Amino acid sequence: MKIHPKREMPSADTDMTPMIDVTFQLIAFFMFVLQFSDAETNERIRLPASELAKPAEAPLAQPITLQLTKEGTVLYAGEELALSRMRPALQRERALLERLKKSISDATIIIRADAETKTGMVQELIRVAQEVGFEKFVMRAMHREEGDK
Amino acid sequence: MKIRKTGSGAPDKVEQNMTPMIDVVFQLIAFFMFSFKVAAAEGDFSIKMPLAAPSAGQPTQDLLPPIRIRLTAGPGGELSGIRMGERGLPNFNALHNEIIGIVGTQSGPGSLAEAAEVELDVDYNLQYRYVINAITAVSGYAEPSGRVVKLIEKIKFSPPRQPGAQ
Repeated sequence: MKIHPKREMPSADTDMTPMIDVTFQLIAFFMFVLQFSDAETNERIRLPASELAKPAEAPLAQPITLQLTKEGTVLYAGEELALSRMRPALQRERALLERLKKSISDATIIIRADAETKTGMVQELIRVAQEVGFEKFVMRAMHREEGDK
Repeated sequence: MKIRKTGSGAPDKVEQNMTPMIDVVFQLIAFFMFSFKVAAAEGDFSIKMPLAAPSAGQPTQDLLPPIRIRLTAGPGGELSGIRMGERGLPNFNALHNEIIGIVGTQSGPGSLAEAAEVELDVDYNLQYRYVINAITAVSGYAEPSGRVVKLIEKIKFSPPRQPGAQ
């Protein structure tokens, strides 16, 4: 039997450059579209829709986001609080602003209330914030194209 | 001098093991893909809340009394009625048309829309989405081009009603 001498197998060299280019492009894309404000949003809140709700051109100066669920609890700073416990929480926020030498009149309370929340609860939340000293309020809604229902 | 003879004349190729890098890159892609969420655009409506205690001193310069809009709630917090002043309105489109009838379509400095103010008087149990519908109806409209024409931007709430009070 004839024995062939041991030879190296020919290696199949593939050019990896295009694949790596594409994968880095994909990473860049996902990094840019990643939402960093997830902490301010919550899946439990289904905002009411409006065709006039357009993203603000400039960010608010001192935003404080209060999320009101349809059960009437407030999601704030990672906690779920009853409306009755919002006063001390907002007073802490006020104290923090004062410690940072920021005026409370510059702070804006952003209300993200569920579409099915009772309006009276939204008004109660606004009243509590007002009594603590906050002056600016905005109500957040989801953008809806005209004709969508 | 001894000249070394090379087989093909090409320099030796330095092989790099790409596998760990490609592994990491695919892990990154997987992470970003799973954390990717298509978020709907959100926007804000500013509201002007009356202060708890009216300030003494100079009377307000507003010449127009606020347009009072009353929204009543039916069972389950559904909308049961819209009234503007003393007149009942069938829907928010009618409210929108009424507002245009009052302030016109002109907006900007010095316009009637800039001076006018709306006061929303809402039942406690009414679902919040109807309030946003009312605010949308009075505060403007979007043209087919996407441009937003603003109408009344001064919006405030009446003091909250008690639960169950109609």
